[in-house]
Amino acid sequence: MKKLLPFLAACLVLALSSFIVLRPAAEGYQVGDKAADFKLKNVDGKLVSLADNKAAKGYIVVFTCNTCPYAKAYEQRIIDLNTKYAAQGYPVVAINPNDPAVAPGDSFADMQKRAKDKKYAFPYLQDETQQVARQYGATRTPHLYVLTRQGQDFVVSYIGAIDDNSEDAKLVKTKYLENAMTDIIAGKPASVNSTKAIGCTIKWKRA
Amino acid sequence: MNQLKFLVLAAAFLLLALPGQAQKVAVIKLPELQKRLSRPTDTTYVVNFWATWCAPCVKELPHFDQLTTTYARQKVKVLLVSMDYASQLDKKVKPFVQKRALKSEVVLLNETDPNTYLDKVDTKWTGALPFTIILNNAQRKRVTFEQELSAEELHKQVQAFVK
Repeated sequence: MKKLLPFLAACLVLALSSFIVLRPAAEGYQVGDKAADFKLKNVDGKLVSLADNKAAKGYIVVFTCNTCPYAKAYEQRIIDLNTKYAAQGYPVVAINPNDPAVAPGDSFADMQKRAKDKKYAFPYLQDETQQVARQYGATRTPHLYVLTRQGQDFVVSYIGAIDDNSEDAKLVKTKYLENAMTDIIAGKPASVNSTKAIGCTIKWKRA
Repeated sequence: MNQLKFLVLAAAFLLLALPGQAQKVAVIKLPELQKRLSRPTDTTYVVNFWATWCAPCVKELPHFDQLTTTYARQKVKVLLVSMDYASQLDKKVKPFVQKRALKSEVVLLNETDPNTYLDKVDTKWTGALPFTIILNNAQRKRVTFEQELSAEELHKQVQAFVK
């Protein structure tokens, strides 16, 4: 029996770890969930956490990357969102979850170059272990999460798309994210708090 | 004179018989796609949503196209739904389909607001590509995959429908 115990413990650990690894990415956060903080490396080499910016009322967290045509189509709109909402207390935090071994253009050096070329005025973080993307339930790039501060915590207030036309910003009819931000900044829950968009699958590490 | 007749006939025959010439890519709207996927037939539909810009899609596309040949004698229909912008039809999609000599039917879904149409295609689709639905309405069976599939996985999944 005594010999059996360590064996059973080992089995349990193994079962739990496989559970974590195999847990599908689609679960993740729902609107209303508390978002866990993270510590990820920015393109300037420094580690960034949600807790760092004491003045932030919240964040617009964007899972995005260098390589996806949809991420590229939305890049300028993401830059513009930061310009508009950082001033109102909701800066953009961009996170690249792609495994550079699968998407070579998403290496840290490539991220640094992109951020510099496009003059990102917000952090562009590398989710090296892909833990943050899994925790949030991000499935594609771009995939947005608006977080609002409630005391010490950050609560998910909106998940989804920027707007309804990826190809041409001029033809957009509904700005989903901006509509949600208008509600959130007014202290109300977003009337549309979850939307879907086409994007590139996150390039998960190969098992 | 006879020789000439023969040549004309032979040329005409060759033109008609040439496979894969000018593979068409119909541009469709959501209601048409919904209609096609809701027919109460015993045909197994393998519907793959892809785009020319999507690397994992392009990688798995040959597995899907192969099904058209493998299951030619069974009631299996492969429908490759391009999610490229309609403005890219002549520039990207048609040349791609030609170059790959795709044997399966290719359509382009011309819709702009994914938040409206994704749920109407399938509520399980979060919007990532590739996305695949295998369905048989007569058997009331439907499975979806929001991921890349290997040839083996795909074959196994289709087998479960045609048996």
